[in-house]
Amino acid sequence: MDTDRTSAQGTYEEYETAYEDGNTLGGPLSEIFAVDLTAAVGRCAGCGATGPLARLRVYDRAPGLVARCPDCSRVVLRLVRGPDTAWLDLQGAASLAIPLGGRG
Amino acid sequence: MFDVPGWPAHLAGQHVDVRLTAEDGYSTQRSYSVASAPDGDRVELTIQRVADGEVSPYLMDVMEPGDRVELRGPIGGWFVWRPEQAEPVLLVGGGSGIVPLMSMVRTRGAVGGHAPFRLLYSVREPDDRLYAPELLRGEPGLDTEYLYTRAAPPEHPRPVGRLTAEDLVRGGWPADRRPMCYVCGPTGFVENAATLLTALGHDPDRIRTERFGPSGG
Repeated sequence: MDTDRTSAQGTYEEYETAYEDGNTLGGPLSEIFAVDLTAAVGRCAGCGATGPLARLRVYDRAPGLVARCPDCSRVVLRLVRGPDTAWLDLQGAASLAIPLGGRG
Repeated sequence: MFDVPGWPAHLAGQHVDVRLTAEDGYSTQRSYSVASAPDGDRVELTIQRVADGEVSPYLMDVMEPGDRVELRGPIGGWFVWRPEQAEPVLLVGGGSGIVPLMSMVRTRGAVGGHAPFRLLYSVREPDDRLYAPELLRGEPGLDTEYLYTRAAPPEHPRPVGRLTAEDLVRGGWPADRRPMCYVCGPTGFVENAATLLTALGHDPDRIRTERFGPSGG
């Protein structure tokens, strides 16, 4: 858990539930990639946990999208969309296994 | 209901992003699950009004038949059910989390699928039920059970309250049948359901979840 984020209990709880899941990354990432990435299995560079991007916790109140590992809450992916450029930071993803060939 | 020329057939469970742009260039978008089975260029969304939302009040109060919106999709390849899946399916929906699950039910019906479906649908009270006549009519191989959290109809056998392990044992599948479990609803509901399913021995890889976040509307 990301205990350094807040001090007040109420605010902490708010922060803890103020996320969506990685399914919500599907649209923004479809602007960049030709295949669906929400079903891609990533490995967290922090704790080594693996899972589909759809299971990440996505916080959208930052400027852009911040996706955290559901197990250790490290940042796995960040995506910021400017007018002409999309910035994709995958520093927290050790690897991505992307299913190809299927629909969707 | 939207007509989307050139719409590629969607998969049950997928969503679309709806973008609205104001005259001054300000633009905002929300994700909505598709409620319908694939049907040519027609796409049905079920939208819940969020009183102070930016998008849903427009879609429900301002928009008129014939108006256009910017729509991106279909999106998603994980929280989906494909008709070729033969294993039993457990659908667990909380509130408007029923919407993508309804697309799965309808898609199964449209293709005459044989995979047995069980649906556990949690709502606050009877008036909150979406698709009630359609679910009441039912389909062969689909069992639907309502879980009321605040007020139940008279003689409803289950006491009101949030989803429990017992609900999942009684209305779901034993883990050794290796069902695919789809859970959709508000974050707290989904967390609770996924935790209970895991504790009942369901393989975490077979528990697929979709949460509604705080930025709805």
